[in-house]
Amino acid sequence: MTRTYTSRARELVDTPSPVISCTDVNIYYGKFRAVSDVTLEFGDREITALIGPSGCGKSTVLRSLNRMNDLIPGARVEGVIDYHGQNIYDRGVDAIEVRRRIGMVFQKPNPFPKSIFDNIAYGPRVSGMQVDNMEELVEKSLRDAALWDEVKDKLKQSAFGLSGGQQQRLCIARTIAVQPEVILMDEPCSALDPIATMKIEDLMQQLREQYAIIIVTHNMQQAARVADRTAFFTAMASEETGDRTGQLVEYDTTEVIFERPADQRTEDYISGRFG
Amino acid sequence: MSTTTLSVPRRLGRAKGGEDSPKAMAFMAALWFCLFVAVLFLVVLIAVTVIEGLPRWDGALLGNYPGPDPLEAGARPAILGSMWVIATTATMAIPLGVAAAIHLEEFADPTNRFNRFVELNVQNLAAVPAIVYGLLTLSAVALLGLTNKNMVIVGAMSLALLILPVIIISTREALRAVPIEIRHGSLALGASPLQTVIRQTLPAAVPGIATGSILALSRALGEAAPLLLLGGLVFLRFDPNGLLSGYTTLPIQIFNWSSRPQAGFHTLAAAASMVLLALLMAMNSLAIYIRNRFQQRW
Repeated sequence: MTRTYTSRARELVDTPSPVISCTDVNIYYGKFRAVSDVTLEFGDREITALIGPSGCGKSTVLRSLNRMNDLIPGARVEGVIDYHGQNIYDRGVDAIEVRRRIGMVFQKPNPFPKSIFDNIAYGPRVSGMQVDNMEELVEKSLRDAALWDEVKDKLKQSAFGLSGGQQQRLCIARTIAVQPEVILMDEPCSALDPIATMKIEDLMQQLREQYAIIIVTHNMQQAARVADRTAFFTAMASEETGDRTGQLVEYDTTEVIFERPADQRTEDYISGRFG
Repeated sequence: MSTTTLSVPRRLGRAKGGEDSPKAMAFMAALWFCLFVAVLFLVVLIAVTVIEGLPRWDGALLGNYPGPDPLEAGARPAILGSMWVIATTATMAIPLGVAAAIHLEEFADPTNRFNRFVELNVQNLAAVPAIVYGLLTLSAVALLGLTNKNMVIVGAMSLALLILPVIIISTREALRAVPIEIRHGSLALGASPLQTVIRQTLPAAVPGIATGSILALSRALGEAAPLLLLGGLVFLRFDPNGLLSGYTTLPIQIFNWSSRPQAGFHTLAAAASMVLLALLMAMNSLAIYIRNRFQQRW
């Protein structure tokens, strides 16, 4: 079986220089343990894909990385999620600060009911960033998100007039505008057509030069196309309670995961035998 | 795979209990009849009012002060009084109601018992008869030791209490209609929950809030009961000119005139009702316009 992987600018080293490290992370919704004992490191300026069947906890893990899980009543994270030597769940750490450094793009494009310009300027404005020239920042963000040429003449128009793919790139541009270090993407292409998907994937390759990207995807081809490393999750019934809890099965370079996975469950999943 | 075969009819025919079965037709007829009765009453009511009031539908009605001569008397202080009272009511009730709704919808923990108790009571308060709010305000005024109850601000207070639950409920609905994705998008960019409410959720909900508030205010505009209790039934020959000024309102003026024995005053009452109806229709049209023009489709 031959698969072509994206040409990589850099050779991957065996262990990533981590930007975020999870150690023994357990995530609970009330009493229910959604994810158990996840330990993995997300590399800086790499694309890491989280794959696995529905209910395996991959989105839950992603949302815990910038504390978006805090918004769900009863959600609780145990263990350590280390970002620059600090556990982001420490008492002294403000979720708002975390989210400014670790941005997020959602499954469904969710532009604000404002102009294209104001969508981009929103993040810098609310975070009180010192911006000398907002026009410049908006243009740069849109250029970086490969959207500038399509919208430069209609910055004052509502973002709702854009197509789904453009809206999603707008959401990426909006995230870039606050100059984060990490961008989380939760199935960013699942609501888009193949051409729009391709554009987002190309964009991810460019963004990888400057940002660490962590993407949850249901689409295994997408993981194979874009990701440097891939983590495979699955849901296992707990022996004590019978609840289905998400677990990390295998984490390696994308090539290893797709060509010669170590675990039989990974093999079964990527060859389409379950999931 | 199941091996059961369905017997498929060759030709599509009438289904039992379908759209034109006698039962369905009878039901439709009943629905139309109900609608007809409801609309009929409204039309007759408006027609009778207009026919009766038309002789006095003139400039004097709007410009003159009430007086002993039904051909000369006008509703000027009542119209101005209604405007004063409604404007004051809006100033008191809308900020308070919107703030309460934001707290309940965006910040309060819905599983907290106290919050649920408050919520339940807001729902109940919306159904409390208007006169009860009049009584409440009356006792508040008595506690403050005011002898003169006939003040714009006192009347407005009772009406503000009356429409507060309606404003809270409609504001909550408008906030709930803003998709959760917008809040998440804002929070994910590092906005605080308060920034998210002020800069995203609330602006997106403004059309719904405006519509709900205007409809609530038009209810207050037509209300007489609490104001009667608060001494609104007075004979005024001056324009209200401040929050502490004496006042009367259109519904009270109408009540006053229609209880007079002379037929001329009944005509005057009908004409004043037309003014009230026109005001209400203008407000409701504005509400509909705002809803259609500005409401966001997500």
